[in-house]
Parts: sequence; C-alpha cells; structure tokens
Amino acid sequence: MTATLQPPAPGRAGRSQPGSLVHGVLPRWTPLAVLAGSFAVATLVMSAFGFSLYGIGVLGYLLTLVVLTVLSRRVEGKRKGTDRMVTTLVYGTFGLAMLPLISLVWTVLHRGLPGISAEFFTSTMRGVLGEGGGIAHAIVGTLLVTGLAALISVPIGLLTAIYLVEYGRGRLARWVTFLVDVMTGIPSIVAGLFAYALLEIFYGPGIRMGAGGSIALSVLMIPVVVRSSEEMLKLVPNELREAAYALGVPRWRTIVKVVIPTAIAGIATGITLAIARVIGETAPLLIICGLTTSMNTNLFDGRMTTLPVFAYYSYVTPGLPPEAGYQRAWSAALVLIAIVMLLNLVARIISFFFAPKTSRR
Amino acid sequence: MTQTTAAPRGSNMPASTGRRGDKIFSRVSTISGVLILVMLAGVTLFLVAEAWPAITADQAVLPDQKSLLEYTAPLIYGTVLAAILALLFAVPVSLGVALFISHFAPRRLAQGLGYAVDLLAAIPSVVYGLWGIFFLAPQVKPAYAWLADHLSFIPFFAGPASVTGRTILSVGLVLAVMILPIMTAICREVFLQTPRLHEEAALALGATRWEMIRMTVLPYGRSGIVSAAMLALGRALGETMAVALLLSVGGGVSLNLITNQNPSTIAANIALKFPESSGVLVNALIFTGLVLFVITFLVNFAARSFLARRSEFDGAN
Repeated sequence: MTATLQPPAPGRAGRSQPGSLVHGVLPRWTPLAVLAGSFAVATLVMSAFGFSLYGIGVLGYLLTLVVLTVLSRRVEGKRKGTDRMVTTLVYGTFGLAMLPLISLVWTVLHRGLPGISAEFFTSTMRGVLGEGGGIAHAIVGTLLVTGLAALISVPIGLLTAIYLVEYGRGRLARWVTFLVDVMTGIPSIVAGLFAYALLEIFYGPGIRMGAGGSIALSVLMIPVVVRSSEEMLKLVPNELREAAYALGVPRWRTIVKVVIPTAIAGIATGITLAIARVIGETAPLLIICGLTTSMNTNLFDGRMTTLPVFAYYSYVTPGLPPEAGYQRAWSAALVLIAIVMLLNLVARIISFFFAPKTSRR
Repeated sequence: MTQTTAAPRGSNMPASTGRRGDKIFSRVSTISGVLILVMLAGVTLFLVAEAWPAITADQAVLPDQKSLLEYTAPLIYGTVLAAILALLFAVPVSLGVALFISHFAPRRLAQGLGYAVDLLAAIPSVVYGLWGIFFLAPQVKPAYAWLADHLSFIPFFAGPASVTGRTILSVGLVLAVMILPIMTAICREVFLQTPRLHEEAALALGATRWEMIRMTVLPYGRSGIVSAAMLALGRALGETMAVALLLSVGGGVSLNLITNQNPSTIAANIALKFPESSGVLVNALIFTGLVLFVITFLVNFAARSFLARRSEFDGAN
C-alpha cells in the first residue's frame, strides 16, 4: 500500500513508476557515453572482420542511434525516445555534411602541397612539356579577368541596389528585384555562351579574349552584388536620412555622404564574397578565355589562361609524364582554394570589425 | 526571404527634388536597374540569335547527323537525372544540417558551424571534379560492385558495375555536396524565421524539441523548404565542371546508374565539346545551352515566385 505512494526521487535515473508524475530522466552524460561505447564496440567488431574506417563510422553511428533510442524509450518514455532519435539523426547529418569538406581540404592539401615552390609561382608554361612550369600567367589572367568583372559589376550592382532601396517603387522595382533573384540561378556555362555570342557578333567566330570572361563573370556577379548591397542599404536607419534631409541636404548627397558610408563595411563584405564566388568559375572562362601557355596581359587580345581553367586542362591534357600535369592540377587547385578561402576570411573580418551593430542574428 | 515586402526607404518622397544633381543621380541608378532587365533579355536574345543557324541547318551537318532534338533529348535526360539524384541525397541531409544549426547546435557555436557549411559553397567546381575523380570514385567503386552483384534485379543497379567509379551516381553524390550549402542556407533562414511565440507555445504545452519542430518549425517553413529544394535543383542542373571531369560518358538514355555508359549532361557536354568545335557545331552547342537556360530559368522563376509569395502573405512576420 504505502509503497506505491513513495515518489521516486526527482531527476534520478531509472524507469518511471506507474502512476508517478515525474518520469525518469537519463543523466546528462548518457549520449556521450553511448557514443563512446558504440564506437568502441564498432572498432572491436571491425578489427575482427578486417579494419575499415567507413565500417567503424557507419556501425558506430547506427549503434549509437539504436542504443540511445531504445534506452531512452525504456527510461524516459516513447516521446522522449523519439526526440533522442531525431537529435542523433540531426547531429549525424551535420557530421555527414562535414565529411566531404574535411576530405576535400585534406585531399587538396595532401596532393597539392608537394608541387608548391617559388618556381611554380614565377614561371609560365611556355615551352614546358614535362615537369616544371608554373602558374604565373594563370594567376595574372585570373586577377585581370576577375578585376575587370568587378569593375563592371560593382558600379552597376551598387547603383541598382541604390535604385531598389532609395528610389524604386512600383512595378519596375518589383520586377528588378525578382529578376535579380532569378539571375542568381543562371548556370555559369550559359553566361559563358552569352559572352561568346555577344563577342562573336563583333569579332567573328572562334573569338577568345579575356574581356569576354569578364563579361561572363559580371553576369554571375551583378546579382550577388545587388542582393548583398541592397540588404546592407536597408539596414541603414531611416533617421539618418531624415536628419540629412532636415538639414537641406539634397537627396543624392545624402545617399553618397550618409547612406553609403554607413553601409560601406557591409557592402565591401558583399563585394568580396561576390568576387570569391566568381574567381573559381571555370566553365565560362573555358569557353571564352581559352588556354594559352604564355603570359598575356592584354584583356582585349587573344587567349588568356586563368587558374581554374589551368587546373582543368592540367588534368585533361597532362602531357608526358602525366604525373607532372596532375601535380600541377592539384597545386593550382590548392592555390585557387587558398585564394577563395582568403577572400572569404577577409570578408568575414570586414563584416566582423566594421559592420554596424544590428539586432539580427 | 527579404523580398519586395519592405517598402523602399523614403518612398513617400518624390524621386527627385528637381535639383540637377538629384535628377542625374536618380536617372543613373534607375538606368542600372533597367540595365539588369536588358542584360537578361540580352542573354536570351543573343543565345537565340546564335542558336538559330543550328535550328535552320540541314540535319547532315549537325553533330552525329542527328536532328537537333534527337541530339538534345539524351542530354536533357542526363541533366535531369543527375540533378534529381543530387536532390535526393541533398534534401534530407541539408534539412538535418539546417535544423542542427537553427535549433540543435549550442547557440554560441551555431554561427561558426554555419560558416563551415558555407565554405563548401566557396570551393570551386573544378576542385570538386578533381576530388570526385581521385578520391570519391575509388571509394565508391566497391559499393557499385556490391550493388551490381546483389541488387542487379533493380534496373538502376543492373550493372555491369563501372571499374572506375565515374558513374552518374557518383556525379549525383558530388552535385549533392555542391548544392548542400545553398539549400542549407535558405532552410536555415526559413527555420530561424519561425515565430518565437509559436515555438514557445509548443514547448509550454510540454512538447519535446522534436515535437516542437514538427508542430511549428516544419509547417511554417514548408513552402520555404520547397523553394530551397527548387533553387538547389536549378544549381544542380547548371553545374558544369564537376560533371565534365567526373562523368564517363557513353551517350544514350538508360536507367542504369552504375555503369561506364552514362548519358552526358547539357552543361558538361558544352564544356567538353565547345573548345574544339567550329561552324554549325558551335551553334548546336549554343542551342543546347539555350535549352538549359530556359529550364533553369523556369525552375528558378517558379522557386522565387513561391518564396516571394510566401513572405508577402505570411501573417506572422
């Protein structure tokens, strides 16, 4: 009789008593303990059947999932058990998503680093058939093509963002906003074909030039610049504009002297990210810039090698012996990733240190 | 997400105060807005103009002596197949990752982990291609052999298994990794927009975290998830270099996912053939590019209008 009235100590591990108001709770360390135990078991089992990292990962994860769910269902009840299962699944998807990133970075570092040398950065591929050679011409090409693309995209993108935030209203603004969004989805190869089609009309068939690559990249870059600049301009408090108007400052000077300086850090971040996005584009440059072995610094004349295209062709036509070509492909890929990551880092630093404080997370 | 709903700043003011500087500035910025529309029209126009010679050309001069439609159809099939495979892999994972970042990860870590996922988007596609050839393909090869041995009664795995691992299934995997970031980013935003009160109400009624997510976050974000998936589909359809490098092409249409004889995709086909093509072959390739443009445009258009309508009619924002 009296035994059923005895409430279990709250928070204690153990199965809940029937009729009790408090259900059992697993101690906080349970998930970690189950995880460690499962992987230990998985390692033991796998070393019996022949060692395999994938086997350990999959088996260990599945064991964790099953054990934790069953344990929680027994102790904490059905609903909490489902919750534990979903939590484990969600953590699992994140781990799964990190695998390719880690593997990519590791593969590129592992295969690319041996080919990095001073010569690799300072020489071109002119006259190189086997080993040796470098990416000087490709780096210069990438910088020139991307630089011109930024020179085209930033004014257009920024002015469009100003139009959308400061002036735009009615149907035109709605369509511009909407089509900018749609434009972000244009496949890069289509942008390349567009640049080719445009230039062919002026220069005839088979045209290849660096400036064409810049046109193609601008098509990809402008929507990104518009989007991010628009976001940043919207964050500028209206009070600042009104204060300027109240002092009799013309509207355009308000925009140039008040609105843009306030948002400049965010705009710079957006532009850096946009550059980072297009600098790794291969397909459009493959079509319109082509490939050459020597240095070309004239954007308007002849083929121009860029880093991603160089990496592509180094793999596709590695020369003899092929190992040297593959090595160059990986090293070029490493340099490319380093540049992109660096740009991303710069963007984050700019936004971290200079961005206006907002309430958004 | 931040669509047209927000009224332009100072929209109650005239566009120009009549001063010359104001007039010029508002003109210039309006013109660059219009320029974007012109550009989009230009892309269509120039592609049509350049595709036209192929449309009107005699069948004998076209690639493989096939009609333009016969040439394009298998490519469309390959493009759609690869994109759908990618979507199948990417959707569940990115939903999980987005939930992880928005609702499961410790608050202080969440943003950093979000950046880590975004880094996947920063990696150039040519690097994904190399990674696919040198790392992924050898790793998945034994799995294909196993599938061909044990599940060959399913038409997808009829085999014979590829000995290089460079199949359309591998391409689907790589594309899935590549579209993961964009889909995760949008889903994350959508999940974070769930009204706080909905979530707290669910929790206050005694819901577990998963029940709270099932009752408030997922229903609220459903249209956002669909749009995100469609945008990701658009990306996968247009992805070029990873496919061009990784896929071993045999041409033709087949359901078999694990052989060496794979249908190519439009974008990869252009990248592989364009540099060596001339004459009407170039025009034929541009025609396939036009088809790709139209397909991705429609997919993106649908996704964006879905997303735009959502933010306009949400009562809860």
